Amino acid sequence: MNVSYQWLSQYIDVSGVSADELAERITRAGIEIDVVQNRNQGLDHIVVGYVVSREKHPDADKLNVCKVDVGAEEHVQIVCGAANVDAGQHVPVAQIGAVMPGGMKIKRAKLRGVESQGMICSAKELGLNDKLLPKHMQEGILVLPSDLTIGTLIADVLDLNDHVMEFDLTPNRSDCLSMIGAAYEVGAILNRPVALPTTSVEETGEAASEKIRVNISAGHACSLYTARYVKGVKVGQSPLWLQNRLLAAGVRPINNIVDVTNFVMLEYGQPLHAFDAAQIAGSSIDVRMAREGETLVTLDGQERKLEPHMLVIADAEKAIALAGVMGGENSEVTESTVDIVLESAKFDGGIVRKTSRQLGLRSEASLRFEKSVNLEHVVPAIDRAAELIRTIAGGTVASGVVQQQVGTHERKVVRLSLEKTNRMLGTSLTAVEVQSILERLVFDVKSVEEGVFEVTVPSRRGDITLDVDLIEEVARLFGYDNIPTTPIEGATTPGSLTKSQRVRRAIRRLLTDGGLHEALTYSFTHPEETKLFPALAGNAKPIALAMPMSEDRSVLRTSLIPSLLDVATHNRNRKQEDVHLFEMSSLYLTEESELTKQPEEKLVLAVLLTGNRQQAQWNVKPEAVDFFDLKGIVDSVVSYLGLSGRVRYEANRPVGYHPGRSASLYLKTNDGEQLLGTLGQIHPDLQRSKDLADTFVAELEIEALVAQADFTIEYKTLPRFPSVERDLAIVMDRQAEMGRILDQATAAADSWLESIRVFDVYTGDRIASDKKSVAISLVYRHPERTFTDEEITEIHGRVIAAIEAEGAELRK
Amino acid sequence: MKERLEALRTEALAMLEQVQDVQQLNDLRIKYLGKKGALTEILRGMGSLSAEERPVIGQVANVVRDSIEGRLQELQEAFIREETERKLQAETIDVTLPGRPMARGSVHPLSKVTQELEDIFIGMGYQVAEGPEVEQDYYNFEALNLPKDHPARDMQDSFYITEELLMRTQTSPVQVRTMELMNGKPVKVVCPGRVYRRDDDDATHSFMFHQIEGLVIDRNIRMSDLKGTLLQFVKEMFGSHMQIRLRPSFFPFTEPSVEVDVTCVQCKGNGCRMCKQTGWLEILGCGMVHPKVLEMGGYDPEEYSGFAFGMGIERIALLKYGIDDIRHFYTNDVRFLQQFDRM
Repeated sequence: MNVSYQWLSQYIDVSGVSADELAERITRAGIEIDVVQNRNQGLDHIVVGYVVSREKHPDADKLNVCKVDVGAEEHVQIVCGAANVDAGQHVPVAQIGAVMPGGMKIKRAKLRGVESQGMICSAKELGLNDKLLPKHMQEGILVLPSDLTIGTLIADVLDLNDHVMEFDLTPNRSDCLSMIGAAYEVGAILNRPVALPTTSVEETGEAASEKIRVNISAGHACSLYTARYVKGVKVGQSPLWLQNRLLAAGVRPINNIVDVTNFVMLEYGQPLHAFDAAQIAGSSIDVRMAREGETLVTLDGQERKLEPHMLVIADAEKAIALAGVMGGENSEVTESTVDIVLESAKFDGGIVRKTSRQLGLRSEASLRFEKSVNLEHVVPAIDRAAELIRTIAGGTVASGVVQQQVGTHERKVVRLSLEKTNRMLGTSLTAVEVQSILERLVFDVKSVEEGVFEVTVPSRRGDITLDVDLIEEVARLFGYDNIPTTPIEGATTPGSLTKSQRVRRAIRRLLTDGGLHEALTYSFTHPEETKLFPALAGNAKPIALAMPMSEDRSVLRTSLIPSLLDVATHNRNRKQEDVHLFEMSSLYLTEESELTKQPEEKLVLAVLLTGNRQQAQWNVKPEAVDFFDLKGIVDSVVSYLGLSGRVRYEANRPVGYHPGRSASLYLKTNDGEQLLGTLGQIHPDLQRSKDLADTFVAELEIEALVAQADFTIEYKTLPRFPSVERDLAIVMDRQAEMGRILDQATAAADSWLESIRVFDVYTGDRIASDKKSVAISLVYRHPERTFTDEEITEIHGRVIAAIEAEGAELRK
Repeated sequence: MKERLEALRTEALAMLEQVQDVQQLNDLRIKYLGKKGALTEILRGMGSLSAEERPVIGQVANVVRDSIEGRLQELQEAFIREETERKLQAETIDVTLPGRPMARGSVHPLSKVTQELEDIFIGMGYQVAEGPEVEQDYYNFEALNLPKDHPARDMQDSFYITEELLMRTQTSPVQVRTMELMNGKPVKVVCPGRVYRRDDDDATHSFMFHQIEGLVIDRNIRMSDLKGTLLQFVKEMFGSHMQIRLRPSFFPFTEPSVEVDVTCVQCKGNGCRMCKQTGWLEILGCGMVHPKVLEMGGYDPEEYSGFAFGMGIERIALLKYGIDDIRHFYTNDVRFLQQFDRM
């Protein structure tokens, strides 16, 4: 809502408070004003002039040489390029010395050899908003009404010595969608009284009810409908003062009838509509729901298909307006209109909202109806409009307001306790202070008992229904800054994180300390992407948004890996080829094809490695990451959470991965084992389509880790007896799994094996091409004594036998 | 004999002065002082001396030996010193070459800010609560005093999945779930998480972003406590010079409702471009929990009161680090992420 300071001063004395200061005080009291616009951007030397004569420029076809009377002793000569300039016009003239709103200085000049002593201005050059001007004011110079005094400052003529405050209203303060509402707010802040416009309508004999009948069929959608009848109007341009007001408010002037309805809407917050009475069949108005299949061509020329949930204004035959949203073309006021029917009503906000949204028709009127208009303003507004039309557009107003009301209207009475007010706010206000604040808002306050008020809330403040609403009014006018600052009283409790939260922090710390960067990516993805890595999603079906913003972000993701691949591609395209990332976010999983309940949100950890392990420099060789870098990270996470030895890798070719370089990971639990996740190199085809080098990814379920995570650390006595170390070189099938041999060797050695470590793997010329050679180092130790040679030989022999039982040979 | 000894000394010392390296030095040691050396050679003639002469000559011989020996030793040490010096010289490295870096990753700036916020509130006695992102209309709107068709639903266009399920538009539904869980007992939680609103992405808008909300419910929770809490929070988060300014506002789930400005983090309140010359930045919304919300959460609003506050994590991170475009958070350019590899 744009509130003109000058217009506001019609209802309240704002003297002594500048627009900027007022804006600041309004903001601090709850309605944010971000912009205070000065409408006079440099109009000091611009006055009303009279074009005495116009002649063609001798040397230029498109220029005119005008003699202009600007109220000085001598006429000035101005060369003007506008096509519409002519003798006998009143026009704005920028004199020598003027600095125009755009910053241009007006100087004495010669145009094609002819002297020019100023400039005749267009509306735009005066700083008026071009978009709001009617067409005839957008082109050429601005032609002013002929009754203006020559020499008057243009800023006075156009009411441009003004500031406009842009009220940024919260949804509860629709009362300030009107100048009167704004005046009440300012009145409360400044503690000054509000003067409402007084209207006495000059009516002429004939009863309006003879000319138009009103009926409300849809009582649930309209609680009050009023109409007035104005006969013999002359549709034309509005007087300057009215146009000025509308322009200040940011509303385009159209014609005197529409301008009056808009003016009154801005003044009272009550939208009005004018019908051409001749077009209302049967001289009757019915407020009813639209009929199945009914259509209406609205004022914008579009044919609208109506639905039974939409409210219409209808005559005896057809719909003539979409109630509260837009009028119909069939009953529009035009230049030939003679008699009009004015409408002022209260339509249900929800119904107007639904209709205007569905049809994409949002207007100043629908905005106000949606937020609920003030029932008590319906009649004053129509009276004000009828009287203004009579004085501006001529015509006579038929007697009386034709109206129908559904139900009764009572002002809300709210009880307020002083004790509760102070208890909620932490203040120690007195009864007198509270009462005086509420009275500044022009609320009717009665003290019914010690410390208890009964407050009658004016109908303009529909947002106030509870005592806490009044407490807020008291608080904001008392000043939030005046409320004390206190610590919470009473017992304090220790704060903490849950186990899951602690585990996630631990993982984040481990991985970032290990050189990975944490990424965060969008939860929405393309449906195709959900098919790439289905391991953790199981049989889940992707969940689709009802109204996605694009197909790329139309479903909820079922794996984090595709998102991280996109991040890797983004970086690679920018020459960042070494990318080591992880993310901890949720997957959204359901097996329902139509969602009837909330999906499972599964927290997962995803890791991505591509490029080199470390950036190469003089003492670091570039080495590409491989599967075992990734596996090492996964192993570290697992052991950091106390779960070493509880996981098993299985090369079972999970979908999406390179079949020979991937595995699934299982976590052993009390009742068997569960899938923890997958890891490996992504499939070369996918790698190509994503334009990536060798890329390794893992995805693990976090809550499974959380459930099993064990933070206890148990100290083991340091060894007191020496260990025995034995190395073995094993030759085995290339396809065989070393993990199995390590397990078997460990089992065979009982508890005597302290550690077993792979220190070399060889494939190549020196052994058969289908074989690999693996060197391991075993450390045996007895906790209570030194092993004898015989014992070691026996244990080591068992280990060797176990290894050979797996089909491997010792290398001689 | 005495003369021969003196001559030997003179000769040996003169020879020693010519020595170039350790090898020559050792050769001279053998030549003069070795078992078959010149000194031994001379002393062989001791047998022919008288008993009176023998100790005198013996003494002379000792002096000669000591003086040659001493010089030898000195030269030997000089050679070792020189040798060490040479070795050190040869081993000298260019210490200004770069070191071998430890791997260093980085916590995402949004996680970093979230953790900091959580830790501040944990220090003030809060629990950290989380909730689902796909939420029921009831928890996201209705239980927060936003019935269907409430005009304030316009404020946040939502991603619906079905009529009843949507991507949560705020973290506030976690408040409602916490109230249900606490079942009438006092509440003190912060709820961080992802939220979603239909918004075209640009430098300051993202359809997905993060919020953190706080909720405190107990007997006698006052608006002055809310002020105290927020002041303590901004001082811990941004520094002890911070001040707060409260402005009345509107949220359906609080009454009174408050918009909170804090001292501009860039100009410390003097006025700059970031704060549009006001010295203040708007960072959070809050208020006293609306009685209808308390009621729906199972608390009697005549007995219990509470406050709630909420803020955007992206906003805090943008301000804290001076980041110019919210999209950086989701693009994850490594050159962006790397900048957050510090404490």
